[in-house]
Amino acid sequence: MATYTTRFGSLDDYDKGGVELINDNARNYVFSNMFEVAAGARPWEKVGVAKNMEYVLEVIRAEGTSEWRATAHDEFALVVDGQVTVELLDPDQPQVGEGASGSVAVDGDPAGTPMGRVVAGRGHMTLLPAGRCYRFSAERPSVILLQTIEGPGTVYRWSEICQTA
Amino acid sequence: MTDTAAPATDPTVESTGPNEHGYRTFRLGGFTFHRDEHFAHVEWPTGRHVLSIEAFLKALMRDVAWNFFYGIVNFDAVIGTMNHYGTVDLFAGRYNDAYRKAELDHQENFPHEQIIATFKAILADWTNDGYDPFAAPQETGSPFGEKRGDNLAAITRTRVTANRMVGVPGDEPLRSDATGHPINRMFADVPQDEPSVEPAPGYEAEVAAFNLYAYLSRSDVTWNPSVVSVCRDSLYCPTTEEFILPIIHGNDRVEWFVQLSDEIHWKVEDRETGEPRANVVMKAGDVAAMPADIRHQGYSPKRAMLLVWENGSPELPDLIAQGKAPKTAVEF
Repeated sequence: MATYTTRFGSLDDYDKGGVELINDNARNYVFSNMFEVAAGARPWEKVGVAKNMEYVLEVIRAEGTSEWRATAHDEFALVVDGQVTVELLDPDQPQVGEGASGSVAVDGDPAGTPMGRVVAGRGHMTLLPAGRCYRFSAERPSVILLQTIEGPGTVYRWSEICQTA
Repeated sequence: MTDTAAPATDPTVESTGPNEHGYRTFRLGGFTFHRDEHFAHVEWPTGRHVLSIEAFLKALMRDVAWNFFYGIVNFDAVIGTMNHYGTVDLFAGRYNDAYRKAELDHQENFPHEQIIATFKAILADWTNDGYDPFAAPQETGSPFGEKRGDNLAAITRTRVTANRMVGVPGDEPLRSDATGHPINRMFADVPQDEPSVEPAPGYEAEVAAFNLYAYLSRSDVTWNPSVVSVCRDSLYCPTTEEFILPIIHGNDRVEWFVQLSDEIHWKVEDRETGEPRANVVMKAGDVAAMPADIRHQGYSPKRAMLLVWENGSPELPDLIAQGKAPKTAVEF
């Protein structure tokens, strides 16, 4: 019986594909690679790699401990390389307006009730629940793909990260 | 999403037969569908077309399971459907430049209920015992030959649609051997560890996580996105892909792909004419958008994990109908 090797990429070992043009513009495909983006990012930068109207997917280079952030809607953190600890907190006071989009940074350590934590490895997806606060930490450089909505912390650098020709 | 096959006795379904091979013949407006041991035959007022029954059933299965999906589901370069979200076009040659120039193309619009009932009835009658149109080629029996039983269990699978996230208490459950989802032969090396989830008392419903890769390694279908997480109208629809996408998807909105594992090659063509525009090779970690004016078909040499990311906003169909939906994801 044949054996198969499943290929996942990582910060240290990824192989990028690309757009082979026939009669088109490479920019139409907004082609990038999560690991390449994370390799060139500062820790905890939220770099948009996909955008569909107001919705975005952000690549986050996880390294050290992040600030606390608050979100008005559910977000989802998928670890695509390394290991990330997610701390969750139920704040005493709302830290973000109900209709807000994306997450917002919280000054200092917010007062509230610890909700627990998740230790997530590669392939693990964590719910970041609406109305709560969260903080990430990673002992070694790791990569998160975040499903969220464009917010004040979203950074775009399409020309740098995408294939253009 | 649909999960029930309509019997051939559904009063909205026109059918006759069975024929000499044991299969019923179906009529939908000016279109007629009949099959023999090897082929599906489609006829319309200005022409006719023949497809391998295997290709036809695989395409029909996706069209039914996806409820006509977003935009156009081309069964091949000639036959397909276009979703208007309430009504559906069935066409022949409409998105084929040669058919259009020869004025042999034809399309008719049907109420959703009528066309879905007919398609379900065809699928139920033409799918033989032991053949699973959702399965990879090496993991199912043969669709060919004279009629022998059916496989309603395979063609009426309920599509996974999480309300919040798979694994959250009360939402879609995880997969396991016990739920009938063994690890696929091509994902035997995928780690099955689960995250360490440590909720404080009272927060068990909100402190939640699961191993998406292990979940996908246990998928028993190919080319069938299911919803695993929901951020308002932003839907994560990962899927496992092996061999060839059985349809050519014509986008009516921007769609995003994130390659989670392995490699898929996409052939991209002009949505209206079928003229080639690009080949997109995606490897693990790659992210790419499919513009709203193309059609695409994927080729996956080894079973691969693909995250399909969709915008399910109910406002989009109106924007699309008015021509106001953006054709490309980002201008830069």
